[in-house]
Amino acid sequence: MPRISVLDMPDVPNGQLPPHIQLQKTRVFCEKNAPTHTDYVQHHGSYTSMDVHESLIENFHNNFKVNVIRLTSDVIEFDMIGIDASLANAFRRILISELPTMAIEKVYFVNNTSVIPDEVLSHRLGLIPLDADPRLFEYISDESSSSSNERNTIVFKLNVFCKDNDKRISVKSNQLKWLPKGSQLNSETDGGGNEYTSFRCSQDSPEFSHKPIGLKHDDIIIAKLGPGQAIELEAHAVKGIGKTHAKWSPVSTAWYRMLPEIVLMKEIENEMAEKLVKKCPVNVFDIEDLGAGRKKAVVSNPRACTLCRECIRDEGWEERVSLRRVKNHFIFTIESTGSLPPEVLFTEAVKILEEKCEAVIHELSF
Amino acid sequence: MEEGLRENSRSFTFSLVNEDHTLANAVRFTLNQNPMVELCAYSIPHPSDNIVNIAIQSTDKSAKAVFNDGLQDLRSMCQIVRDSFDKSVNDFRAELQESSESKN
Ligand code: SF4
Repeated sequence: MPRISVLDMPDVPNGQLPPHIQLQKTRVFCEKNAPTHTDYVQHHGSYTSMDVHESLIENFHNNFKVNVIRLTSDVIEFDMIGIDASLANAFRRILISELPTMAIEKVYFVNNTSVIPDEVLSHRLGLIPLDADPRLFEYISDESSSSSNERNTIVFKLNVFCKDNDKRISVKSNQLKWLPKGSQLNSETDGGGNEYTSFRCSQDSPEFSHKPIGLKHDDIIIAKLGPGQAIELEAHAVKGIGKTHAKWSPVSTAWYRMLPEIVLMKEIENEMAEKLVKKCPVNVFDIEDLGAGRKKAVVSNPRACTLCRECIRDEGWEERVSLRRVKNHFIFTIESTGSLPPEVLFTEAVKILEEKCEAVIHELSF
Repeated sequence: MEEGLRENSRSFTFSLVNEDHTLANAVRFTLNQNPMVELCAYSIPHPSDNIVNIAIQSTDKSAKAVFNDGLQDLRSMCQIVRDSFDKSVNDFRAELQESSESKN
């Protein structure tokens, strides 16, 4: 009897995964009760027995693609194709918590007779998005911890009051006035004359910044004042990251989802097709006329699928419709709060990951 | 930032201070794609410690060299991502401009 190697399987194509395994490797199956095959097999040797040696890194340059879908002054939506979730997630995490912005951190009250307590008002001020490029500034703790100068602090002044017999007024964010020359308050302990900041030059000089620093939105309500009430304060903004406090996060959201893929496993015709089209709340399916009064369901807009699973909820539909997600296709959305445009935020996030790598490579060289 | 628990040169645990899932998970991915790596895994011993341990077992090279390669791979992947992203954004802008010009 001739000897046959166990690996010699003529019906299994060599150097290629069997179709069902290939499918399980590249798709998440969203079934009625739970998704299956959600993991990505990362180890390079996982399919060695089938003579498959593929490395995402080697072909990355050729396979990786970005398609911009939508780009406005504060939102970008783009497709990232051919990347692993670990990298996509690293970018998302950096966007949310490690990209610096400027936000109000210290508030000096001169007077506050409004109904909002000082600490609540300070917190509200902190959350107001500022229109200042954080790349022009340094962290305040970088060199000297105590001195605030034009390189690390932005000062705003708020001085509002409601006259005795007036109606109640709203204090809006546009009443915060930028002080490019630094603080105007005198410190009480040093016998006056000593300011809280020591600016060597004014921040509105053209070499410092091309546009004046301000607030992203003019109509954020900060407080309400009744007759006779007043607020006078100075707010100092510094550079920070979202890990410390969410007010420094440059994005309101940064998120991704995998591309939905919907496959009709059987022909769905006539009334069944109509039923299917009606089931989907976001109109993923459409009807194609086959002529002679026959109609058939087709998948016309899989991208809109929210994965509500309504179409497979009823008895018998799970065999007809297969809901999947493509594991290496990410639909990434970034909403900026305004300090930097969203496309710049993404490149900055990628740069931060590179810097992290470089820092560790540097450490390893010792 | 980094210190190793020495067992032998092909099996090493690196502790990175001030890093978390962001770097560890990404570098674990690139390391696992490397044919020199027999095993690579990471863990954060306690959520309130800002430390992450990355364990690497390698075949041919020392674990340290392999770790270095993994980081280099990750960095070059980032560069590719950045380049193609910039290119796509520019293409998208150019297209927008073209279509708005053809309308006028
Ligand atoms: S899962 Fe929901 S959104 Fe997606 S196709 Fe089915 S019904 Fe439509």
